[in-house]
Amino acid sequence: MSSVNPGALPQSDEAQPKKRNEWPLWEVFIRGQHGMSHRHVGSLHAPDADMAIRNARDVYTRRNEGVSIWVVEARHIAASSPSDKGPLYEPSESKVYRHPTFYDIPDEAGHM
Amino acid sequence: MTAPAACPDPALFEFCLRMGDNTLVLGHRVSEWCGHAPVIEEDIALANTALDLIGQTQLWLGLAGEVEGAGRSADDLAFLRDAWDFRNLLLVERPNRDFGHTLLRQCLFDAWHLEMLTALCGSSEPRVSEISQKAVKEVSYHLERSADTVIGLGDGTPESHARMQDALDRLWPYVGEAFLPDAIDAEVAARGIAPDPASLRAGFDARIGAILAEATLSLPDSRFAHQGGKTGVRHTEDLGHMLATMQFLQRAYPGATW
Repeated sequence: MSSVNPGALPQSDEAQPKKRNEWPLWEVFIRGQHGMSHRHVGSLHAPDADMAIRNARDVYTRRNEGVSIWVVEARHIAASSPSDKGPLYEPSESKVYRHPTFYDIPDEAGHM
Repeated sequence: MTAPAACPDPALFEFCLRMGDNTLVLGHRVSEWCGHAPVIEEDIALANTALDLIGQTQLWLGLAGEVEGAGRSADDLAFLRDAWDFRNLLLVERPNRDFGHTLLRQCLFDAWHLEMLTALCGSSEPRVSEISQKAVKEVSYHLERSADTVIGLGDGTPESHARMQDALDRLWPYVGEAFLPDAIDAEVAARGIAPDPASLRAGFDARIGAILAEATLSLPDSRFAHQGGKTGVRHTEDLGHMLATMQFLQRAYPGATW
């Protein structure tokens, strides 16, 4: 799980930071309604966090999609490596007892 | 345009035209960026602003038509009047030039617009108050956004700073018109429909002063103000060119709908 979003390494790792001609990339998460979790909706460019939120408001909530916005600079996201797929995910394939399918969820419990 | 003799309330009619023509002309100007903005995020944000302004135009010109009582719709007023019938401030018809100039014009207008709409929320005319309460939320956001960009570009690179200062020097003489009252303003103010335009100056100066200081831009000394937009007597040449584009379809194909 050591691999990081490609092209998004921290600038400080470079001895001579390259001059940026583009704004950094931000990942956008929107909460659609109260009680739900934030979901990734896409990405955009912006010069700083405040403008990223404003841009997200204009790009991703035009049709009343959200009540809360999170943005995070893409280079801060650590990602799993596709080549580790076997060890990471295959062991869970044969463990049916991990799925909570043996319960009836009462309607009053609402969204789970 | 003078309202027909039958118009029961010429002052309110003129006032609605002034509000609606400001948002119509600026909305069209901003829409000219569609597909041309420097980055897609700004393109979408500008289109949203333009759409907000056109939405407000429908309300103001719709009310103007209702007050006039001659059966003209918001569309009729928008597409079938010539330049001298328009009642917008000269500021909003100024051409876009570069992106910084467009956003500075937006910021100057937004700061006035927000003061105006905030006051209009307490209007004695309920329809004016209703429109303003809806519009003021949109315009608060417009100002946040335009102010941020003005600050970012003003306090940015030497080139962006120079362009913003140039934009401010060009646009500043078009700011004063918004605060100079005439007989229409006096009548709607006396009836409690709208504030005295001069009373908005202090709030505007405070807002813009703070934004420009943070943007490291210097306010021109002169308070000289070009006039003739809101009375319609002396629009700049640019308005006619803009209307030629904006009104082409209804002029060439009268009554076309889709």
